Amino acid sequence: MENFVESREKLIKNIEKKANIIRRYIIEMISNAEGGHIGGALSIADIMAVLYFHILKVDPENPEWEDRDRVVLSKGHASAAWYAALAEKGYFPKEELLTFDHINSRLQGHPDMNKTPGVDMSSGSLGQGISVALGMALAARYLKKTYRTFVILGDGETQEGQVWEAAMVAANYNTDNLIAILDYNKLQLCGETNTIINIEPVIEKWRVFGWNTIEINGHRINEIVQALEEAVKFEGKPTIVVAHTIKGKGVSFMENKVEWHSLAPTKEQAKQALKELRHSNEKGF
Amino acid sequence: MKNKLIATRTAFGEALVEIAKERKDIVVLDADVATSTKTSIFKEAFPERFFEMGIAEQNMMGVAAGMATTQKIIPFAVTFAVFATKRVCDQVSISIAYPELNVKIVGSYGGIPTGKAGATHQAFEDIAIMRAIPNMTIIVPADAIEMKQAVKACIEYNGPVYLRCIRCDTPVIFDENYKFEWNKGVTLREGKDVTIVSTGMMTPEALVAANILENEGISVRLIHLHTIKPIDKEILIKAAKETNCIVTVENHSIIGGLGGAVAEVLSENCPVLIKRIGINDTFGESGSLDDLLIKYGLNAKNIVKETKELIKKKLR
Repeated sequence: MENFVESREKLIKNIEKKANIIRRYIIEMISNAEGGHIGGALSIADIMAVLYFHILKVDPENPEWEDRDRVVLSKGHASAAWYAALAEKGYFPKEELLTFDHINSRLQGHPDMNKTPGVDMSSGSLGQGISVALGMALAARYLKKTYRTFVILGDGETQEGQVWEAAMVAANYNTDNLIAILDYNKLQLCGETNTIINIEPVIEKWRVFGWNTIEINGHRINEIVQALEEAVKFEGKPTIVVAHTIKGKGVSFMENKVEWHSLAPTKEQAKQALKELRHSNEKGF
Repeated sequence: MKNKLIATRTAFGEALVEIAKERKDIVVLDADVATSTKTSIFKEAFPERFFEMGIAEQNMMGVAAGMATTQKIIPFAVTFAVFATKRVCDQVSISIAYPELNVKIVGSYGGIPTGKAGATHQAFEDIAIMRAIPNMTIIVPADAIEMKQAVKACIEYNGPVYLRCIRCDTPVIFDENYKFEWNKGVTLREGKDVTIVSTGMMTPEALVAANILENEGISVRLIHLHTIKPIDKEILIKAAKETNCIVTVENHSIIGGLGGAVAEVLSENCPVLIKRIGINDTFGESGSLDDLLIKYGLNAKNIVKETKELIKKKLR
């Protein structure tokens, strides 16, 4: 038991390190690109770290492996977080992150499955990723495959009607191999999510739509780990992990500030941000 | 001439079952219109391969896309043409066409014939919408024989396709020896005074019109384009050079469909007089099929009249 606790602690520490590195890459990429959606990328950094460094059965050497777990970033504008995790996992050289958002880059502003190794689906138009993930989950069942499909949703995104079409159909088919993660950072482009259009009560909504729900703090690695471990084991229903997060998490002057939805830090601001994360960017990647 | 009458939607449903017997990778998604689109035939034959998606077309397109990402399933996403294009335009564009996924989108109830349902169910701009989306192939078979071959051909092709079906019975004009050629126009009749270019269910009607015109001493070339995109430029440019005027006939708006496509090709390569026959930038209405075809000018009589006027204009 002691060993388990010890190894668990080690695991959590390791993932925390990875999350920190992902945050660093996000800041460097977006600052270098002078564009990108930094707030919503930082809010899913911990979730990405847990997925790629603990949960997912994937092989960066073989991104097209047919039995791999699938990831769909339905909130495609947070692509920087995904690219950071993929680079850290070894899907492509970290140096390539500096091409993000530049002409002819494999790293588009929004994910492109035909350009970026490890990106399982193109996305960018909100509300569509969850349907695609459901298709992947139904395909797994049809093909008798055991891969799991993870889809990351934005909170504002759930204002799209298509999300609820998918939610209803997923429950109808009992796709327990489908796991949604809601990045509930409470902010969207123009302001507070629940002031723009109230999405509460969130848990109850998903529950009455027929989903298993787990509510966590989306920045506590141990909670994310536990929730996703539970979610993949859960049988009979799709699961949504409602992760309470902070937009811009990790950088004091970005946290909970709506203007950092899509704003690139200046060189000075990036330096300050990296300092807060205990990184120096002198060496770049 | 007595042609057999078969609806292309029925031919589609039957063809799918036939091919699916040999291929386990074919599945069908439908949005609660299976008895109308005739995927009900497939559902009966392969219940485990039929996915009812309910009245939620946007989700259906995404689910089809997700299945196709495995490259081990070829999903047919089927609903009425109005929904398969207009309602889900962004889903088709972003989740299917942009990632070039191997999804076959089938729009049933193309154009005028909807069983008196009226304007809300009459797809007059589906082809125009799909034509503007990159990576999309658009196929509009003329009859049941061609539909069966088209279904096969689009399964063999790896990429998104929009296939248009018709609700009502239409004449079978091809025989079993007919060979569907991918992206190639079909010359049904040679002629030198005028070329009629038609697609879908208007091709049988154009054949009737061409016969009438021939009897009146006008030499008509008739080209059937089963594929609107990519369009067979070569056959069109040759026809324009050799006959100097073109009539297009389609069960669709004259904006952005066959007529639009032909006009684009010819204005850039061999400008000649063109008359587009189709729905004249208006919404439809309920009515019997015959009444509708007459009112909207989609009958042989009107094709004859417009063709003669165009030839007169050319000679002026």
